[in-house]
Amino acid sequence: MRLAVLFGAVLALAGCSASWGWYVVDPSTAKGAQNLGFLLSGLGMTIRLSATAILISVTVGLLVALPGLSAHRGLRAASRAYVETVRAVPILVLILWVYYGLPQLSGLTISVFWAGVIALALSDSAFQAEIFRAGIQSIARGQYEAAYSVSLGYRDTMRYVILPQAIRRILPALGNQLVYMLKMSSLVSVIGMQELTRKANELVVSEYRPLEIYTVLVLEYLVLILIVSAGVRWLERRLAVDERQ
Amino acid sequence: MPAPAMIRIEALSKRFDAFEVLKSVSLDVAAGEKLVICGPSGSGKSTLIRCINGLEDHQGGRIEVDGTPLGRDRAARARVRGLVGMVFQQFNLFPHLTVLENLMLGPVRARGLSRTAARDLAMRYLERVRIPEQAGKYPRHLSGGQQQRVAIARSLCMEPKIMLFDEPTSALDPEMISEVLDVMAELAGTGMTMIVVTHEMGFARRIADRMVFMDHGEIVEVAPPERFFTAPESARCRDFLDRILNH
Ligand SMILES: Nc1ncnc2c1ncn2[C@@H]1O[C@H](COP(=O)(O)OP(=O)(O)OP(=O)(O)O)[C@@H](O)[C@H]1O
Ligand SMILES: [Mg+2]
Repeated sequence: MRLAVLFGAVLALAGCSASWGWYVVDPSTAKGAQNLGFLLSGLGMTIRLSATAILISVTVGLLVALPGLSAHRGLRAASRAYVETVRAVPILVLILWVYYGLPQLSGLTISVFWAGVIALALSDSAFQAEIFRAGIQSIARGQYEAAYSVSLGYRDTMRYVILPQAIRRILPALGNQLVYMLKMSSLVSVIGMQELTRKANELVVSEYRPLEIYTVLVLEYLVLILIVSAGVRWLERRLAVDERQ
Repeated sequence: MPAPAMIRIEALSKRFDAFEVLKSVSLDVAAGEKLVICGPSGSGKSTLIRCINGLEDHQGGRIEVDGTPLGRDRAARARVRGLVGMVFQQFNLFPHLTVLENLMLGPVRARGLSRTAARDLAMRYLERVRIPEQAGKYPRHLSGGQQQRVAIARSLCMEPKIMLFDEPTSALDPEMISEVLDVMAELAGTGMTMIVVTHEMGFARRIADRMVFMDHGEIVEVAPPERFFTAPESARCRDFLDRILNH
């Protein structure tokens, strides 16, 4: 209740206070519409960057999780080492290292986009691996035994029996990671990636209205993430149709 | 001349860490023979039949299935696995697949059948277990008895020579037990080699060629059902039968 009053007060203040200058992003003026368009022009890049990174990180995460569950000790240790190492590096540090460090190390030039994708995907893959591991471990032993008794090999057992069930169970966690990825993609602005946050920063420099511009930025992420969350929940409901009791 | 042995078990021993679950177990099962194994909880019944299809490995002794010894050799293990079907107490159906898909997965992926051939095969066995009308449903929409019959059909779709049953009716409500036992009795009539772990003694009397009593990791008594139920030789077996027949 008290929160609602406070929230209302802030909104009222926003409407009448002289310290706000919504004109910078007022779509009814030519300049405002142009600024708004400029801010929104980063949206495509944020989505492309996050989507590419999440596809790679899910794949890498699975490829790291599977040996982590094998009976072979060396494979388990390698998987563990990957997760522990990658998880220990802050994302921002990883972005800087991939963009500025990796080209020196490898002799290849890496575009801003791919540096961002690699850093985000690498960082996220450690978490994906842990999520997959937990999901796969939650499947009852009887499922493996039934697959064994109808002569399925390891690949077929994973592909047709274990993973379809595990993925249904980890879908909420995968959804979380996707949201997290969308937010972390803002960090790639530091190496000049023209995504949402970078556009806002550039506009702030030329218009000098940080309050309004960053508020729009907040709303951009909010709307984007609410849409993604709704999509994930829809997918969960759809797949739940054939989940166990 | 006696029928050739389909399963040969010689001095089989199995340990979980220091705990000896099977102590030098020997047993031959003839082709087409029906064996019922009973015994107290923890006596090693499940472990014994799980060794036969390679679900458990063993530390000592020999298992030979249809002439193929079960050991380190992967090709031999794969062959044995294909010869032996298994039905579990908890059914272990694949919950994300329909009944038909449960039945087709092995034939398509492991036996290399076309989808059409696998579907025909699956429908044939669903009719055998008398639930062809459930083909499109998911396992959770079936009763326990129906689920277990689907599990039996799933194993049969691999066209095994031997069927193992590990307490197939223990997880069922009483009114569903007979529909599963009837299907098994019918299967017994087809000449399939069967090993059934069960405490359903009426069923055992009906289908068993020989009864096996296990206790503490050993086979204590093997006898045809007439003798087994009326004149068990060992005191342990007598006590066990007393307990389960007159509870
Ligand atoms: N994976 C395992 N690890 C350790 N001990 C095990 C394992 N599986 C079985 N055991 C032990 O081996 C013994 C025999 O188990 P088994 O399941 O073969 O008995 P059972 O005769 O089938 O009993 P039940 O009637 O309860 O099913 C038991 O004491 C059990 O605790
Ligand atoms: Mg058992």
